[in-house]
Amino acid sequence: MPILEGQGVTKNFGGLAAVSNVDFHVGQGEIAGLIGPNGAGKTTLFNLISAAHPLSSGVIRFKGQKLNGLKPHQICRMGVARTFQEIKLFGNMPVFQNVLVGAFFGTPTRISAADAAREANQALEFVGMSAMTATLVQDLTLVNQKRVEVARALATRPELLLLDEMMAGLNTAEVSEAMELVTKIRDKGITIFMVEHVMKAIMGICERVMVLHHGEKIAEGTPQEIVTNKEVIEIYLGEETRAAS
Amino acid sequence: MDITVFKSKKLVVVGLVLLILIWLATSPLYASSSNIRLLSTILMYIILAVSWAMFSGPTGYMSLAPAAFFGVGIYTAAFLYARGSPLLPLPAVIVAACAISFVIALLVGLVTLRLKGIYFAIFSFGLIVLLGLIVQYWENQIIGRRGQHVVAEGTETVFYVMLAILVATLLVAYFLRRSRWGMAMLSIGGNEEAATHMGVNTTMVKVFTFAISATFMGAVGAIMATRWIYVDPSTAFNPMYSFMPVLMAVFGGMGQLYGPVLGAAVFAYLERILRREFPAYYMIVFGVILIIVVLFLPGGLVGLIPKLRDRLRGVIAKLRKGGQTEQHANT
Amino acid sequence: MIESLPSIIIGGILMGSIYALIAMGLSLQYGVARVINLAHGEFIMIGAMLTWMLSTSFGVNPLLSVAIVGPFLLVIGFILHRTLFTSLRTKAPSQGAFEGSSLLIAFGFIFIFQNIAILIWGGDVKAYSYLNFPVRFLGTTFAANRLVAFAFVIAIGVAFFFFLTRTRLGKAIRAAAQDPATAGLMGVNINWVLPLCFGLGAFLAGLAGVLLSMSRAISATMGLSYTIIALIVVALGGLGSIPGSFIGGFILGIIGSIVSFWQPALSMIVFYGIFLILLLVRPTGILGKK
Repeated sequence: MPILEGQGVTKNFGGLAAVSNVDFHVGQGEIAGLIGPNGAGKTTLFNLISAAHPLSSGVIRFKGQKLNGLKPHQICRMGVARTFQEIKLFGNMPVFQNVLVGAFFGTPTRISAADAAREANQALEFVGMSAMTATLVQDLTLVNQKRVEVARALATRPELLLLDEMMAGLNTAEVSEAMELVTKIRDKGITIFMVEHVMKAIMGICERVMVLHHGEKIAEGTPQEIVTNKEVIEIYLGEETRAAS
Repeated sequence: MDITVFKSKKLVVVGLVLLILIWLATSPLYASSSNIRLLSTILMYIILAVSWAMFSGPTGYMSLAPAAFFGVGIYTAAFLYARGSPLLPLPAVIVAACAISFVIALLVGLVTLRLKGIYFAIFSFGLIVLLGLIVQYWENQIIGRRGQHVVAEGTETVFYVMLAILVATLLVAYFLRRSRWGMAMLSIGGNEEAATHMGVNTTMVKVFTFAISATFMGAVGAIMATRWIYVDPSTAFNPMYSFMPVLMAVFGGMGQLYGPVLGAAVFAYLERILRREFPAYYMIVFGVILIIVVLFLPGGLVGLIPKLRDRLRGVIAKLRKGGQTEQHANT
Repeated sequence: MIESLPSIIIGGILMGSIYALIAMGLSLQYGVARVINLAHGEFIMIGAMLTWMLSTSFGVNPLLSVAIVGPFLLVIGFILHRTLFTSLRTKAPSQGAFEGSSLLIAFGFIFIFQNIAILIWGGDVKAYSYLNFPVRFLGTTFAANRLVAFAFVIAIGVAFFFFLTRTRLGKAIRAAAQDPATAGLMGVNINWVLPLCFGLGAFLAGLAGVLLSMSRAISATMGLSYTIIALIVVALGGLGSIPGSFIGGFILGIIGSIVSFWQPALSMIVFYGIFLILLLVRPTGILGKK
């Protein structure tokens, strides 16, 4: 049974169908990718999974349990964590406290302060931010802010991690480091579902890729299959041509 | 080394606080009646400012409702502790005021805090007038008389009850701030959407904290009624009692517990002096001060201290460097 | 005087026209300038008191006062926003912080304006008489000044509709209401349009004050109730929707008139009740978008 699956997932905003009748699934332990041109509905799909928005129709299941009607904090406690396209760190706290929030509240059962602190420290160490625990988040570079977001998500002890355009704005070296980090996370037993524009990452670490366009799923397969898929090439090349003219 | 310094600093602070409390507790023995009354007023404002900051500080949700819950407390005393026919003893009246304020805040919070912040702001602002109108309607239709008389309590009784409420408020505010609940509130203020995705039940945290803060406002209203003796809807539900705590907490700074305490002490005293001399002018000045603080000093006095400390360090470092270069130049 | 159904409904429409006017102003201030102007009622009060002063001390015709009071409040509103709220917009770390801080500033305005008014005019109730003769129509009787006020509001509503839909400035305002950042990129000078809208909101409030002063007694403390009514109407009509505020004002006016016929003291309480029910059932309001 896939750890995450959706059937007929649809989201309408006013008259616009942001996500239209999408079926998808992510297998346990996979690194799955979600790509598509801007406005394809990728982040909306993530928002539907994490319940930031309610579904218009369809059903999403996590470990067999329906997520419809649940609130984001409940879904987090079930084991789904995420990062955000525009970084949403707590600007009024230093790095350590940011991650501590995840450690305290992300678990379904009450956790002691000592255990929470340990979780937070471990998460920060995992992403390589142990040296900057007292820094205010506004003083961090973009890369480090993304690291903290990942650490915060990891501190909630997820089984599934949704990464929303984690590589955006990173240079080549940073992208490689990020790819390593993602693989390390998967090796810990956490399933990864990532939205990405940076093809190097998609090709490099994803085992399966889904393509969305205008809210509909138009292709699915291994990175190799996707890259050679005629329709996919169409929409991306089409984008480029339109952009060029 | 760091831990022992930290611990000794904490002991000093605790010792200081205890000293102040002892001084306050014994003040009726040597202070004049009018000074005790002034102290009671200052304590009242501190309680209002601290309990307002308890919720609005970390979450960033600006509540304008303190006057509403203060009025609830006043009228709880008016109905349960009426002159000539009190229904309950004073401690029970205070507790009743706490309970009623808590429930009303809970209901208001449940309806408005699950929506965008603006609805909460509108409703918390309107609550003052709404409750005043309801009480006024009740008095007109059911009782037939405007205004109620409350059992009069002596200056000292009022003072000691106020002191007790203050201690309770400060304790709750302190432990709330340091607990994981306080951290949840901060996360809501930091980024509410992220907070909810990290497992924080934001609605519940907001609603309960709001209700707890209202409890103290109600308590202080109830005891104040026994000093005012006569109360009516317009004096009980007066927007001033929302304005002053907000001004005090914002001026003092909400980053630390003692910020609102400081702000309350300053402005309570200022109000006492200025109201006699310049009745309408002082409110204009206070309003302008609020605007200036919001624009230029959003962290309040408390927020100023780290900046001043850094400046001071910078100055000292420059002086040191200057001394050193002089030395080198002389050799 | 026997209260007949037409009398109640028309009375509600007449009162509702004032509500529509003040709600429109508040909607401009929130929808475009993004400020929850809790001091909106104080602008109404200033308009009313100025008109009273001009009428009683200088014998100026209240309808002509509009030409003085309106621009005066427009300028004040513009300056206030340009100096205070524009600076806040750049300083505030987030939209939420901006809304919170601007709320506090508007809250401070209430006490500043009220007390300035008390200092200048005193806290007592004032009134003057203008077009006070009764007009009979459709079996009802109403003071002429209320009918004139209604006609004024309709004229302003129509004028505003054309302004917002047909003129360049109006379209710029609507663009800024949708998305200030994008509008800025498209060449709309946000630093002027936003304060202008805030000023326009104050302008409309001032007009409402002029019209109110013609038919009822006024005082320096009259503002708060009108602010709350305006807030409820704006929420009822949908936050940020100017047509919604316009319609919502009339709806609330009619409801208020019906309630007043039955129990006058309950009308405001009923408004709150409606507000609460609305928040529970349909928070976006009748024509709401966000």
